[in-house]
Amino acid sequence: MESAKKGKTQSKQPPRHPLDDWLRTDRMPHIWCPGCGIGTAFSACLSAMAATGLPKENFVMVSGIGCSARGAGYANVDSYHTTHGRAIPFATGLKLANPDLNVVVFSGDGDLFAIGGNHFIHAARRNVDLTVVCVNNYNYGMTGGQVAATTPHLAKTTTTPRGNPENPFNIPLLAFAAGAAYVARWTMLHARDLMDSIEEALKKPGFSFIEVLSPCPINYGRRNKEKALDTLHIYQEQTIIKNGAHPAELEGRQDGKIVLGKFWDVAKPSCNELYEKTCRPDFGKDHAA
Amino acid sequence: MKLWRVPLDAGHVKVTRGIVHVIEDRCKGCGYCIEYCPTHILGFSKHYNKKGYHPPQILNPDGCVHCRYCEIICPEFAIYSVEAPKPDTQPEE
Repeated sequence: MESAKKGKTQSKQPPRHPLDDWLRTDRMPHIWCPGCGIGTAFSACLSAMAATGLPKENFVMVSGIGCSARGAGYANVDSYHTTHGRAIPFATGLKLANPDLNVVVFSGDGDLFAIGGNHFIHAARRNVDLTVVCVNNYNYGMTGGQVAATTPHLAKTTTTPRGNPENPFNIPLLAFAAGAAYVARWTMLHARDLMDSIEEALKKPGFSFIEVLSPCPINYGRRNKEKALDTLHIYQEQTIIKNGAHPAELEGRQDGKIVLGKFWDVAKPSCNELYEKTCRPDFGKDHAA
Repeated sequence: MKLWRVPLDAGHVKVTRGIVHVIEDRCKGCGYCIEYCPTHILGFSKHYNKKGYHPPQILNPDGCVHCRYCEIICPEFAIYSVEAPKPDTQPEE
């Protein structure tokens, strides 16, 4: 009888997604195109935040401009939608002002590595305690699919109709070389690994960087003869997980495979810690964590 | 679930059961849940939702093993599963 009662109430109530607490549901459905992988990456990010068990007040989500950067507007935590490329400076300021916050930067490859490239390398060098999730869809999706700093060589975009003549960034190598404490790469299809990785990064003090490969069926896929599900099949069949692989080996493909995994994870004193130690050795010792 | 041989521990391993819920008006019909459901219990429905997409429908409700992969892969927060209540209420050893 109890189960019958349950069934009745379930059918009457509007269905409620488990992540609805972490979402601004009044803004749903979101603007991302059908088949876009940003939603999955965003969902993994929210699940990881929920999995840490910390209250929502402890989190801040910061993003710049672009498709992925719309994420901050959908998260039901304190969030900043900042100027183009400047997500990391805003996040650094937040972290320095209130070291107890857990600051997540959720943005795209164009925002973080093209216009915001300099901010990224200096935040990694300083080892600011941030978690940076970069959704890499290989092009500037929001403005119509122009070539980006991460577009693979010979890939077609609006501005490179004969194929991209340039070489793309090896983003994990850049993060590693600049001094990040945690570097990983996953695709949105490896959503559980991605979730675990983001959770680990959130708990880790220091600059954590996670690259998420994600399909862009409308602007990138259409010009490269890849439908959304084709891209997912590539992620399934042409990827290999090599935890601990050196980031320098990740350029392009290894034996025809995209290398995924956790590449770098070291303990390093964070920016706040070094500042307190150097500039205020007798003051605010309780903030030195 | 189709198995090519009966596992040796089939007697005492409990397979979880789930009930899939679809929030139809959030769906944009990408088909990821349908393609990647390990037990292939989902398919496109014939009807349209508010935005003009075909949301998934559950073809075989008994086949859900509550792996929650549809919930994890859905970019639209439009599908999720909850654990089904146990069919028999007797305590198991």
